[in-house]
Amino acid sequence: MSTKLQVSLRGKDGPLLEVTDLHTHFKTARGLVRSVDGVSFDLDRGAALGIVGESGSGKTVLSRSIMGLLPKRNTVKSGSVIFEGQELINMSLRQRQAIWGKEMSMIFQDPMTSLNPVMKVGRQIGEGLRMHLGMSKDAARATALKLLQDVRIPSPDRRLDQYAFELSGGMRQRVMIALAMSCGPTLMFADEPTTALDVTVQAQILDLLDEQRRERNMSLILVTHDLGVVAGRTDRIAVMYGGKLVEMAGTAELFSNMKMPYTEALLHSIPKLTDPSHTRLNVIAGRPPDLVNPPRGCRFAPRCPYAQARCIEEEPPLIATPEDPTHKFACWYPVGSPDYHAAKERIRAEAA
Amino acid sequence: MAGTGKAHLRDSGDVLLRVDDLVVEFPVGHTGLTVNAVSGISLDVLRGETLGVVGESGCGKSTTGRAIMQLPRPTSGSVMFEGRQLTEMGGDEMREARTRMQMIFQDPISSLNPRRKVRDIVMEPLAIWKRGTKAEQAAKVDALLQEVGIDPLRAAESQPHQFSGGQCQRISIARSLVLDPTLIICDEPVSALDVSVQAQVLNLLEDLKAKYGLTLIFIAHDLAVVKNISDRVAVMYLGKICEVAPSDDLYRAPAHHYTQVLLNSIPVADPTVFTARTAIEGEPPSAVLPPPGCRFHPRCPAADDTCRLEEPKLRAIGTGHFVACHHPIHGDEIAVSVGQLNAEAMS
Repeated sequence: MSTKLQVSLRGKDGPLLEVTDLHTHFKTARGLVRSVDGVSFDLDRGAALGIVGESGSGKTVLSRSIMGLLPKRNTVKSGSVIFEGQELINMSLRQRQAIWGKEMSMIFQDPMTSLNPVMKVGRQIGEGLRMHLGMSKDAARATALKLLQDVRIPSPDRRLDQYAFELSGGMRQRVMIALAMSCGPTLMFADEPTTALDVTVQAQILDLLDEQRRERNMSLILVTHDLGVVAGRTDRIAVMYGGKLVEMAGTAELFSNMKMPYTEALLHSIPKLTDPSHTRLNVIAGRPPDLVNPPRGCRFAPRCPYAQARCIEEEPPLIATPEDPTHKFACWYPVGSPDYHAAKERIRAEAA
Repeated sequence: MAGTGKAHLRDSGDVLLRVDDLVVEFPVGHTGLTVNAVSGISLDVLRGETLGVVGESGCGKSTTGRAIMQLPRPTSGSVMFEGRQLTEMGGDEMREARTRMQMIFQDPISSLNPRRKVRDIVMEPLAIWKRGTKAEQAAKVDALLQEVGIDPLRAAESQPHQFSGGQCQRISIARSLVLDPTLIICDEPVSALDVSVQAQVLNLLEDLKAKYGLTLIFIAHDLAVVKNISDRVAVMYLGKICEVAPSDDLYRAPAHHYTQVLLNSIPVADPTVFTARTAIEGEPPSAVLPPPGCRFHPRCPAADDTCRLEEPKLRAIGTGHFVACHHPIHGDEIAVSVGQLNAEAMS
């Protein structure tokens, strides 16, 4: 298939994506909202990166800034996004359009509102193929059928002539994946791809994404609020809070040796099947910071149970752990440090 | 999965709600076909208990919740609430009964009137039922708002869109409590929330349940959430109940193959955990023409001819543990119930 051929022709050295000090701010009546405030990371070819954070942490804005999907009006962007050696920041709309679909694509949370409601599924998938790859109508239809088979939609030939509203939520999300993969992108964003789906369908969709990524040697950026979703299906995880990266590490390293109290709190707020019923859940007190007036020091300090005076005054830099240079975190008193243990003891004494 | 039968219903104890052979059908346009949303389920809930109802989209769990509230009235079956038959009640009587059974919905923002002030939204039920003087109403509303963690002063001057999703769900909870109900039906109350906010709302529900002696029906598709909050869990598939068990037992010794599938589908937040996944393909079939025999048989790994022809009935396989399956995972009996094992370990 021509889309597969394209993928195999690529293969340069160096990371696929390099994001350096990216800022995305929005002008609003209340003031400047600092949704993404100085984010840097690299993504290797074929790798899967999970971006995790609460609502309002900037994870969706980050992925849209990289892809260039934000409206120009009232948006202030700075920093650098280098993808396949090209600088994407301030690229013209026409140049970006040439990249969308062909080089990078995105799957959205709600498949119903992101598919065209008045265009048949087959034509919708074929549209990109004809535009980007110059396929004939018949070839596009045949490729669309092949893509629907790849995402394992039941009776794919019939689906070509159906509309999105005739499909279930899980099937719509499969169509979205087929659409996003159609022109053989090297980078795919999945923004909360399974939040609107049932658990059984969620497992199927995540497995499908994982399988297609490996088969096509795509890179995947999986954006979610649920650490469970990224645990088994990514190589690296970046945790975002208040518009900043607060921790980033290989998936296994992050779960076995997390440094940032926020990551720990996020993990502990998930109900576990192994706990007996009515186990009290750990909550993160308070709410995410106001990004018009973010806290001066560490942005998590007002909600952090282990915060000290320094956390409120001084912002911690993103530094690597001594053991693992690829594990970075931003915290003055990380999980496991003497101050952390002292604070934990104090909290336990106060509770008792 | 077909679970008809009532082996799991209890005669003893303080039964607050009892549902018998509940059937809800919807016509499909003018085709003469019907959607069998709920096909003869029976349930009971004791006073002070939390019953969890889990299943995929389209299994009829929300329809069950609404049919209990008579929204709309079920096609057939009976709903006994506080010893009275809801299905036979007239309009006024039903309105009065609904003050003691309230609902919390999935989407907190769209279930609040966008044009009204939050404090007025919470106050409205009291005003409609003329409970106490204006001052007493205000005091009660403010106390409740405080309790769910919403500042009453801010609530008095703000509309729902000025609050976050989690806060709106807290407001919905305050509104549902204002008439002192005994039963709250929570329909996917945390599915639209982030995990951190979800934990806050679940803890809040547990606290309020203890404080006001509430009985809860908690409908959700996430088993980890349901397990955390429920005493007893009913698993539904395509309009039928497949398994009912105390929640710890259900998770440690699931007997129905569908329950096992649901458990395996939950993403575990630990990359070292390798779950031997029982993959399940596809989605539930249409409720317009449900499969004969056990409704789960087309997707079930253990299905045989009996399952294709004969609908299994709910039967006991352990203490308080019932399953509607011809070939349950642990055979016909779980030798000792997990609950008993725990009790022994404790003593």
